[in-house]
Amino acid sequence: MSRSTPSPCAVGRRAAAATITALLLLAVAGSARATDIPLDQRRSGYADLGRDSKAMQDDDTVNPATLWVLDGEALWNQKAGAANRACADCHGDATASMKGVATRYPAFSPARNGPVNLEQRINLCRTEHQQATPLPFESRDLLALTAYVGRQSRGMVIAEASDERLKPFIDAGRKLFTQRLGQIDLSCAQCHDDNWGKRLAGVLLPQGHPNGYPLYRLEWQGVGSLQRRLRNCLIGMRAEPYAFGSSEFVALELFLMQRARGMTIETPAVRP
Amino acid sequence: MARPLINVPAKVKRGRAFEIKTLISHVMETGYRYTTVGARIPRDIVTLFSCSYNGEEIFRADLSPAISANPFITFFTVATENGTLEFKWTGDNGFFETATATITVE
Repeated sequence: MSRSTPSPCAVGRRAAAATITALLLLAVAGSARATDIPLDQRRSGYADLGRDSKAMQDDDTVNPATLWVLDGEALWNQKAGAANRACADCHGDATASMKGVATRYPAFSPARNGPVNLEQRINLCRTEHQQATPLPFESRDLLALTAYVGRQSRGMVIAEASDERLKPFIDAGRKLFTQRLGQIDLSCAQCHDDNWGKRLAGVLLPQGHPNGYPLYRLEWQGVGSLQRRLRNCLIGMRAEPYAFGSSEFVALELFLMQRARGMTIETPAVRP
Repeated sequence: MARPLINVPAKVKRGRAFEIKTLISHVMETGYRYTTVGARIPRDIVTLFSCSYNGEEIFRADLSPAISANPFITFFTVATENGTLEFKWTGDNGFFETATATITVE
């Protein structure tokens, strides 16, 4: 064996060193700015979709998330729990009663003394009014109901939080967003505020707006929630993901919605 | 819940080609994946899709494990007479789903 040929192990080490250097460069570049995206420069992930994915989102009969929305509609009208009541028995026609609801969530819940997201609100209704068991996070039924409720706000703009009680939670969300986490020691803001539009290992860095959730992600081959997406990012940062429904995730969700205030809801969107 | 979604224009001009879009909820599990403990996840896919127009088969597709979940199948046919389009999906583990749509030819 020739001495000049590096061993596979050395090649691996060199590749790892190159990766670390790249990440350090990103971290250094990231620390330079760390400011919010100007409101007029915000862009939905939709703008960066390919032609085919855009066509998929634009046409309800082509968008596979419609299958979830239809399931949600069936569940809306289906009686559940010991109270033997359906969502429709209290809320009536969702196309009227749920219009605009998703633009205001996460919202403050006096019962929880904190913000709850749409999934948690649905589960609160289930436990309190239907006397049914809460649906597990990321279960098909909960995603279907959330997508159905969210769908009623499509085309409407995300509301600015007017509830003063939400303020400390928005600040907590902002803090989590800008906090370095995980083995890679990255914060959300370093990618999504400071370096959006650039590429990380060939993948476009989006601004990370929550305006289409729950959405159909081609990578998932299914519909998933914003928290599932946040989990993906945390795993990529090699940080331990928060639990579904945890106060950290809801605070992040709240902050992201406020960061995207005034943007249009696309639920259920399609993303790669 | 396996629910098919069909999109067919309600009215078509005689002799004109029109598009039929179908979407069905299905996991399309390839059979090539393993669980975290190493057990193979058995294949569970739609294997056959067919469409008939007033009883006559006009379109048929064999599906393979490479096809994504919730398969979307779209095709064109020519309107000849008023009638019913019948769609059938057949798959592993006894999966069978049907849907119908009616068209009016002017």
